[in-house]
Amino acid sequence: MNKIYLDYAATTPTAPEVVAAMQPYFFEHFGNPSSIYATGREAKGKLEEVRESIARQLGAKEASEIIFTGGGSEADNLAIKGMAWARAKKGNHIITSSVEHHAVMDACKFLMDHGFEVTFLPVDGEGMVDPEDVARAIRPETILITIMHANNEVGTIQPIAEIGKIAQDHEIPFHTDAVQTAGVLPVDVEELHCDLLSISAHKFYGPKGVGALYVRRGLRPVSLIHGGAQERNRRAGTENLPAIVGMGTALELAQEKREEKVAQLIYLRDKLSRGLIEAVPHVKLNGHKTQRLPGNVNIAVEYVEGEAMLLNLDLLGIAASSGSACTSGSLEPSHVLLAMGIPHEIAHGSLRLTLGRWTTEEDVDQVLAVLPGIIEKLRAMSPLYTTDCACEK
Amino acid sequence: MAMSGGVDSSVAAALLLEQGYEVIGITMQIWPQEDKTGACCSLSAVEDARRVARQLQIPYYVSNFQDLFAQEVIADFCSEYQRGRTPNPCIRCNEKIKFRALLKRALELDAEFLATGHYVRIKQKGDRFLLYRARDEHKDQSYVLAGLRQEQLRHLLFPLGELTKDETRALAEKYQLPVAHKAESQEICFVPNDDYRSFLKERISQKPGQIVDTAGQVLGEHSGIVNFTIGQRRNLGLGHTGQRYFVLEVDPQLNRVIVGKKEDLSSSSLLADNLNFIPLDELEAPMEVQAQIRYNAPRAPAVIIPQGRQVRVDFAIPQSAITPGQAVVFYQDQLVVGGGTIKKALDLSR
Repeated sequence: MNKIYLDYAATTPTAPEVVAAMQPYFFEHFGNPSSIYATGREAKGKLEEVRESIARQLGAKEASEIIFTGGGSEADNLAIKGMAWARAKKGNHIITSSVEHHAVMDACKFLMDHGFEVTFLPVDGEGMVDPEDVARAIRPETILITIMHANNEVGTIQPIAEIGKIAQDHEIPFHTDAVQTAGVLPVDVEELHCDLLSISAHKFYGPKGVGALYVRRGLRPVSLIHGGAQERNRRAGTENLPAIVGMGTALELAQEKREEKVAQLIYLRDKLSRGLIEAVPHVKLNGHKTQRLPGNVNIAVEYVEGEAMLLNLDLLGIAASSGSACTSGSLEPSHVLLAMGIPHEIAHGSLRLTLGRWTTEEDVDQVLAVLPGIIEKLRAMSPLYTTDCACEK
Repeated sequence: MAMSGGVDSSVAAALLLEQGYEVIGITMQIWPQEDKTGACCSLSAVEDARRVARQLQIPYYVSNFQDLFAQEVIADFCSEYQRGRTPNPCIRCNEKIKFRALLKRALELDAEFLATGHYVRIKQKGDRFLLYRARDEHKDQSYVLAGLRQEQLRHLLFPLGELTKDETRALAEKYQLPVAHKAESQEICFVPNDDYRSFLKERISQKPGQIVDTAGQVLGEHSGIVNFTIGQRRNLGLGHTGQRYFVLEVDPQLNRVIVGKKEDLSSSSLLADNLNFIPLDELEAPMEVQAQIRYNAPRAPAVIIPQGRQVRVDFAIPQSAITPGQAVVFYQDQLVVGGGTIKKALDLSR
């Protein structure tokens, strides 16, 4: 069976170029960057070289503004918990949105159990935060604003530059979770007016288990992990050099012919979503039509459960998702769709197809060939079976 | 294949593969909490089922029925107790979740059958599908499956019906399944530590009331009717009377518990509703059967008499502790004739 992978928002394959760049750092240059002898110095040198490269790609002024982490979730946690604790004397209020990734949302909820107050801003029907809502939510005690760059489920791109400007004018540190945009869209901390920004390598063809947090010079998030002076005392633990090298290479690769790649993704994305909407009645696009990640298709399919569609697609070798990737197959109705005002039963019938580097037009055509049939079958069965099995007394 | 992570459904999956079926494993996730007991459908059960599916190299899915389970099974469990009845949540789950929502999910995946690890047998006679007790009398689970209808039975497979538990265990060893030595779970899967009274206490308000005897004389106080079930002898708080009392009746209207002597518990008839008959569409004339009024109760000779949408069950010998809310299941020898829900005991000997 020809496998089709359409869940690039969950994770991406590590690009062969990236794997090749990582290779020497497992055996040949295996040193611990903290060691003083030559092998350690070589490792340290490479580590700082990558740090500079990533700082440059993100528009940071100094390499020291980049902290390597064990992934996007850790970067988010460090930004939010680290800043909350660092600024606890100044206030206890945090502003975020109601459509954040769980790494942000749950970190905020955790802080609520520890004396912090959190405002979860609403979004409109397309998943967009209104910058004016951000301005209105600001209080004297506000110590952090965190709004994601683009949503991982519906792909809506937030007006981050505008929100960042508002935060800057109020002198409140502003964090954005750029896990879905880094390596896809231009991410420049100056243009976006960000003070903290999270990225995750495995979303842009780098390895899993490595990410980074940009922290503007002068801010000192409290470390989450103690036990060593690595990352200037902000993240203890021997640096995962092979993975960090992979992330650096992946981010550099992402910039090559970036606009061309984005245009191709948008072409396939629109072909797929338009094709599905035209082929099947009662199908709508979730999220914003244009302010949208180039590879994201998220559709609401009425009268069908998302889970049933997913399993049928899987049996045909097509990997998709109904929301964000979940553990133990737990499929809670998406908090993002619910926050957008989409009714519970339609949220349950939503399907996310995310495209990436190795998605071909044939893949899209194949989905267009089989998915309408699956939806039709499930819809036909649903009422049929209910009458057939009229077990109600 | 409905996989619970236990020995039975794991062996059943392996058997079906050996018989040439194309098998898809599926586990119902019905309970949101962190794993407490390793009971059926908990997170560790999911992990076990996943390991087995991986070993058998079959596709495996976890299907989320949390909301449905909370609405249809847990809420019903609580409200039945509030109404002074003693529900069987496994039967409710079979009716509303396993053989309805899960079966629907299986058919949506173009599966022809849903298989489970129940010990029971299906045989096709003409265009009808009949249900028979398992070959292993000790493991027979037909009591919880008597509600199955033709449109469900035609899509069901029970690969363990012809096996004994020992044979199943031996097969688990033979297939080297990672769950071969797992202990059996018997408790209600969603009730922690098998303590359903604490479970109910957290979910429904209870008000104290009186414990009375059959003459209406007040013998004591109770903390809430949900703590009582018919035939119960312990925890009545009537030690001071020096008598042995049994719960005869739970009266939700007057919030009273009525107690009496053991012989007062017996009755020779009951009324059942919510009926299902497997070899026939409807019961039109009285029929001689063996009736079972509780899980693990012996089958007792009886005559079932149609009464509109209900049926009266007249026992040859009076039965003790007939409990509203429990299932009554009718057999003719190995054949499962059908069953219903006990509405009330009739002509109590008192």
